[in-house]
Amino acid sequence: MAELADLKNKFLREELGEYVEEDAERQRMVDLYAETKLSMQNIAAAIIDGRHHDVDRLTREAIDDDVQALEVMDDGLIAGMALVGIKFRDNFIFVPEVLACARAMKAGMAHIEPILSASGIDPIGTVIMGTVKGDLHDIGKNLCIMMLRGSGFKVVDLGVDTSPDDFLEAVEEHGASLVGMSALLTTTMPNMGRTIEAFIDADLRDDVKVMVGGAPVTPEFADDMGADAYGADAVECVEIAKRLTEESASAH
Amino acid sequence: MSKFLDRVKGGEFLVSDGATGTYLQEHGLPPGGCPEEFNWSHPNVVQGMAAEYFAAGSDLVLTNSFGGSRYRLKEYGLGDRVVELNRLAADHARTVAPVEGFVLGSIGPTGVLLEPNGPATEEEMFSAFCEQVKGLSEGGVDGFCIETMFDLVEMTLAIRAVRDRTSLPVVATMVFDKGPKGYFTMMGLRPGRVAEELAEVGADVIGSNCGLAIGHMVEIVTAMRAASTLPILTHVNAGIPEIKKTAIVYPDSPEFMAEEMVNIIEAGATIVGGCCGTSPEYIRAFARRFKS
Repeated sequence: MAELADLKNKFLREELGEYVEEDAERQRMVDLYAETKLSMQNIAAAIIDGRHHDVDRLTREAIDDDVQALEVMDDGLIAGMALVGIKFRDNFIFVPEVLACARAMKAGMAHIEPILSASGIDPIGTVIMGTVKGDLHDIGKNLCIMMLRGSGFKVVDLGVDTSPDDFLEAVEEHGASLVGMSALLTTTMPNMGRTIEAFIDADLRDDVKVMVGGAPVTPEFADDMGADAYGADAVECVEIAKRLTEESASAH
Repeated sequence: MSKFLDRVKGGEFLVSDGATGTYLQEHGLPPGGCPEEFNWSHPNVVQGMAAEYFAAGSDLVLTNSFGGSRYRLKEYGLGDRVVELNRLAADHARTVAPVEGFVLGSIGPTGVLLEPNGPATEEEMFSAFCEQVKGLSEGGVDGFCIETMFDLVEMTLAIRAVRDRTSLPVVATMVFDKGPKGYFTMMGLRPGRVAEELAEVGADVIGSNCGLAIGHMVEIVTAMRAASTLPILTHVNAGIPEIKKTAIVYPDSPEFMAEEMVNIIEAGATIVGGCCGTSPEYIRAFARRFKS
């Protein structure tokens, strides 16, 4: 079991000491970073601090030094976002800070993605995202998309006012296994359920996992309409997307 | 000083109105339809709404212009009718207002994030608010209620637009969420800090609306009261919507809310009204409870 003092990056030591309050969780995070190279810890630290120029430079340097793209992504970028998620969940940081971290993540992914796709490694998964029919609100959905893309997902953004047919067509066209629906209005929220029904009618419901979110949406409502998961915010959205993607991968 | 502000600063207790969207949906607005378009296509419904709220006991009503910025109207192909639709919104409420009744121009969020978090620039957003303020002023509002804001910068731009273009009073209310460490705006500001900042940028009345059920609103009013001496307005949802079969139901009844409102008033609010899910029935209950 590693200790906090084992981490070579000072910023990471301070962050974990200050912002991870629960002992078991802090130990898990210490173990996560302790197994990684100092150059990867530096990338993670730059992600957590939202320094996108530094992430851009450090990621490029790591690739030039022949560190594997997957290692940079997992040990640097994604490991950094893990602490960002904890700080957001526990009210230490909020949407503006998370977006700065997501921009830093994106700067790093810009170096990683071409290498992964050239070597035939698929993205973690493909997600179809849209605000449901009749609803024009997209701030929350766009936050989710930024976080998903930052976390290695391919995202097809259908925008606002998305009909059930649009969702169906996009799933078929892109071979996606995950659909994310958003709504801000109580009056358009039922269109989530209608979209799920359309998947059932088209005999496609078993092929996709459905996650939902938006201010008036509750876990109970998500359950009631037959969604697979509810996410309260953009950070949860990524966690759920990963879980659902793993579930559908192990089911097929 | 304006008459509205005169009475509010004198510590007088006022009852505001209830939901606009909920009312319009019950009177023909389709799910996801444009509420502000009703100012032009359904003038009788919009006037009827204000008249019902005044009759129920509202001392002030908000205009049907929450989404009346060019950012939102553009989504419905109405981006070139901002001044007209806002002027109509104010005019409809003004037409039916009793002599002592106040009309506040409602301004809601643009739905677009400012740079670097989104595409909007401060200049562009400020000019959009100025345009909305112009229409509402022309329609004869007594003041403005900038509401449901989650970004203090956007709120500040809207307040500046009112200050820049009119000498009318401005009520500024923000929306809060409850997290593990207490109440925060989406951007991370606590109610007390928001109260201080709103006073700093020139709000005449501060407060909160939407988002949380009435029990939480008491906490927010308490925190704002501790941080500021400005009058406080609170517009509260009829609870958090629940799903009953195919219908969306707001769980808190007019009587329950009127009773809970006692705590909000004790915490320091002097203007109370309803947000999502409330109706003239709620306003009648508030007026009965507090104005007899």
